[in-house]
Amino acid sequence: MPLKLIVLAKQVPDTHNVTADAMKADGTVNRGALPAIFNPEDLNALEMALEIKDQTDATVTVMTMGPPRAANILREAMYMGADAGILITDRHFAGADTLATSYTLALGIKKVGDVSLILCGRQAIDGDTAQIGPQVAEKLGINQLTYVEEFVNVEKKSITLKRTLGQVSETVKTALPLLITVTSSANHPRTFGAKRLMKYKKARTAIEAEQEVRRSSTTGEYGMEILLDEIEQKKKSLKSKGLFFETWSADDVGADHEQIGLPGSPTKVKKVQSVVFAASELKKIEPNPEGIREMFIELIEDRTFG
Amino acid sequence: MAKQPENVLVFIEMEHGKVAEVSLELVCQARELADTLHVNVDTIVLSGMNVDICSQTIISYGCDTVYTVCDGRLEFYETLPYARIVSDFVRESKPQIVLFGATAIGRDIAPRVASDLRTGLTADCTDLKIGDHEDKKQKKVFKNILYQIRPAFGGNIIATIITPEHKPQMATVREGVIKLSAQEKKRKGTIKPFGNINWDAIPFINTVLERTIHEKKVNLKGASIVVAGGGGVASKEDFDLIKQLAATLGGVVGASRAAVDNGYIGKEHQVGQTGTTIRPKLYIACGISGAIQHRAGMDQSGKIIAINNDPEAPIFNVAHYGIVGDLHKVIPMMIKAYKGKS
Repeated sequence: MPLKLIVLAKQVPDTHNVTADAMKADGTVNRGALPAIFNPEDLNALEMALEIKDQTDATVTVMTMGPPRAANILREAMYMGADAGILITDRHFAGADTLATSYTLALGIKKVGDVSLILCGRQAIDGDTAQIGPQVAEKLGINQLTYVEEFVNVEKKSITLKRTLGQVSETVKTALPLLITVTSSANHPRTFGAKRLMKYKKARTAIEAEQEVRRSSTTGEYGMEILLDEIEQKKKSLKSKGLFFETWSADDVGADHEQIGLPGSPTKVKKVQSVVFAASELKKIEPNPEGIREMFIELIEDRTFG
Repeated sequence: MAKQPENVLVFIEMEHGKVAEVSLELVCQARELADTLHVNVDTIVLSGMNVDICSQTIISYGCDTVYTVCDGRLEFYETLPYARIVSDFVRESKPQIVLFGATAIGRDIAPRVASDLRTGLTADCTDLKIGDHEDKKQKKVFKNILYQIRPAFGGNIIATIITPEHKPQMATVREGVIKLSAQEKKRKGTIKPFGNINWDAIPFINTVLERTIHEKKVNLKGASIVVAGGGGVASKEDFDLIKQLAATLGGVVGASRAAVDNGYIGKEHQVGQTGTTIRPKLYIACGISGAIQHRAGMDQSGKIIAINNDPEAPIFNVAHYGIVGDLHKVIPMMIKAYKGKS
């Protein structure tokens, strides 16, 4: 049996490149104006999974939880070399904190079944919490290794990895199944393969497939049955070509609705303040709060901060 | 049934047989919170060896009871045994707040423990406060809960997170954002072994084939923000201000040769010809006069803010923003302004 690998990936707003267009007049960030990207360290996790695949006969499935447009990162993963993608999406997931998210992802991983290794980026750039990895591992009741920098080798039931935790660097051999979080220093993610891009740009989630059929269908409202049949045909055809992304809802993964989304999230956001730093030649700043505030506003506007 | 004490608990991190600085900072923060709540500060230390001396240090910063777990197998951090012991301890001692340093180890263990206890966790807090929360929907007021304040969204916003309906309330806190309070060497506290551990059930499953321990890395070159202090900083204690500003801005601490020579901070932080040459997006020079050797190491920075009480200091020749004033007053203003509380 080939090793089954799952990479957990997240589509995130590109917070590291907050452009002037994305700043509102009041100094806050307009999230909608930021491009949605593949979370950078999740790409390092995917690269490590693909390295393992290159050396063994492992299969790599990328799983993401998010809105329907997160399908874009599944396609990108396919261009790089992943074997399959799964989208977990449901409006009931809205407002999920890391506990509710890890509960949901763990259910998705259980649904896949027999997974030997789960890889994720150390953290996502929109939240920077680094909590999903350890919490998914805990929910699955398996061991975790965070801050992994190098894959050494893998055997049937064990794996050897290098990691640095603070001031201690270790080469660790440990049992599978295991969850690891991968840092940006681990590797350089590969670029898209041209042939893979041509093929997998046609890959679709169930939601996308359905939308496309509805858009092109001429059957109208009297042909509901015909329409549903067309959708099924479309999905079947995508599946046969390996171009279908499994698309799971909360019920598909068997989620307890009390443990997902807002109800399943112990943490609440009480208040959000924009960092209004108060704004070259040498500019004299008065040593008082007003002066400093103005200087900070300028530094935000010219993108020195953020 | 007797009311639970609901103390504030700090997870103590050990570094080569010494208490990590961030853990002592957390004890000081926990003391403040506990005083507001009229409860005690507990700490738990897991270690490979006897920790009586370290425990006394922990007490001197404001801890009431140090719970210790000493076993040779705990010399180096391993997730599963550490998380299991801490989770079991929390279940038994029922604190209302649990704090961890936002270090690599803190960020490895805290989410695991929070998930096990099915409670919330806020990462990388830069400030903690006690306050009330009114839930208008439920028409309920939660008294004296923990405000967990952290930068979010790539540092573009500051969020206040709460965990109103779950206990304990858990947070990891960034290194250097809390100023160490004065040590009270004669402070009395209790040191107790936490003995309720079923060692057979503790999974030690990692085999470490090789281990190297290195000095704390200072990544000056990779930093996009560097906050540096110089001879104008009055004392080693006051150098904490530099560290606090760096931590608040998500930057790295730099220093001039004068600061290093005065023993304020290690040489690995030195910026300049004999130290590291850097070009961060933002360089903040605090009490640095700006000798040529220093300027050569930082004049390519994207933006330079200089704070100095001497208006003739050469650092102003390379700065974009000049603040003539006392850094001991200006830096707290900057921290306050950044946290958006001005």
